Amino acid sequence: MTALDTRENDAAPSDSTMGAVPSFDVTLRIRRFNPDAAEPEAYWEEFTVTAHGTDRVLDAMHKIKWEVDGSLTFRRSCAHGICGSDAMRINGRNRLACKTLLKDLDISKPILVEPIKGLPVEKDLVVDMEPFFASYREIMPFLITGGNQPSAERRQSPEQRERYDDTTKCILCAACTSSCPVFWTDGQYFGPAAIVNAHRFIFDSRDEGGAQRLEILNDKEGVWRCRTIFNCTEACPRGIEVTKAIQEVKRAMITRAF
Amino acid sequence: MAQLATQAPTVSAPRSPRSGRRTTRTNYELYGWVFMRASGVLLLVLIFGHLFMNLIDGDGINAIDFGFVAGKWASPLWQVWDLLMLWLAMIHGTNGVRTIINDYAERTGTRVVLKSALYLSFVVVVVLGTLVIFTFDPCPAGAPADLLPSFCTA
Repeated sequence: MTALDTRENDAAPSDSTMGAVPSFDVTLRIRRFNPDAAEPEAYWEEFTVTAHGTDRVLDAMHKIKWEVDGSLTFRRSCAHGICGSDAMRINGRNRLACKTLLKDLDISKPILVEPIKGLPVEKDLVVDMEPFFASYREIMPFLITGGNQPSAERRQSPEQRERYDDTTKCILCAACTSSCPVFWTDGQYFGPAAIVNAHRFIFDSRDEGGAQRLEILNDKEGVWRCRTIFNCTEACPRGIEVTKAIQEVKRAMITRAF
Repeated sequence: MAQLATQAPTVSAPRSPRSGRRTTRTNYELYGWVFMRASGVLLLVLIFGHLFMNLIDGDGINAIDFGFVAGKWASPLWQVWDLLMLWLAMIHGTNGVRTIINDYAERTGTRVVLKSALYLSFVVVVVLGTLVIFTFDPCPAGAPADLLPSFCTA
């Protein structure tokens, strides 16, 4: 909040318009759900706040929560696109609220903010992430090795590290999995995030659990449910080529089977 | 989080969490995926070959009549060609619709009904088609002469 206040003070003197951050009114139409209400039912609520050209959707939501309606509930932790807490559906696209600048959106209309789809809503924008993490745990996201522990570190060439570099960037925000229509249907599909994190170990030269992970993802609800529609690649706030990673896992399975 | 201390109400809307996934560790889906690609390529050749032979080659579309089809099925090449086309197209199409049902049917009941109807129609079409390709007789004995093609000499 301090950062916000300083900006407001900076912009206040009207004579020094040079370099001042433009401010504007922005309306957020937020999908709300209160489980404690007499009849819990989701509804839309609009809030109009004054924001600055440098503000992100998260800043506007902070302003609502801190100054207008303290009951507005959402997750956020670092607020800088690293922790992956504040993935939400903004104008119909899965984004991190802390990485979406208001000036990049059409502010002449209300900005739609919804919880990510396909996971049970607990309150307002907070969803139950457990089904998502259950899939993540199932692919065993840890280094599996055999034999004796080496006395020094496990060596790897820059090329071997490069092989899975893209999929190490995942922050588990669930933007990809909750953008996937196959996941929306019944929530049984492993989902792009689990496959991305399996890819990170399958293609790691130090890891020996690749065959096991491929076996797990060869499931009826595994990689073969992917329809390569690229929603996940588009949704990923870290720019991971998710669909490509899924295809690489498929290819690894096919070369293993034939 | 204060609500946790008191009794937390059970939230059913908008969706309840899934009820555990049954693991299926077979290569069935893998082979299905590969089959779709392979049969797709093969079907391109078979279907466009079929269309060329029927619509463009020789007298073109005007040549098609009962006798034309009877003539084609007298040759083992076209019997095999059409049989392959029938089976590959039916398996390819059925598998495609199966995945669509899996993707869109949200309730298990809907899924079971739709898939049963799908597999039933698959069996009917494949059995009937195969039977016709192999048992086709353009000049069945005892049929009235005016219903038979001209090349049938009784």
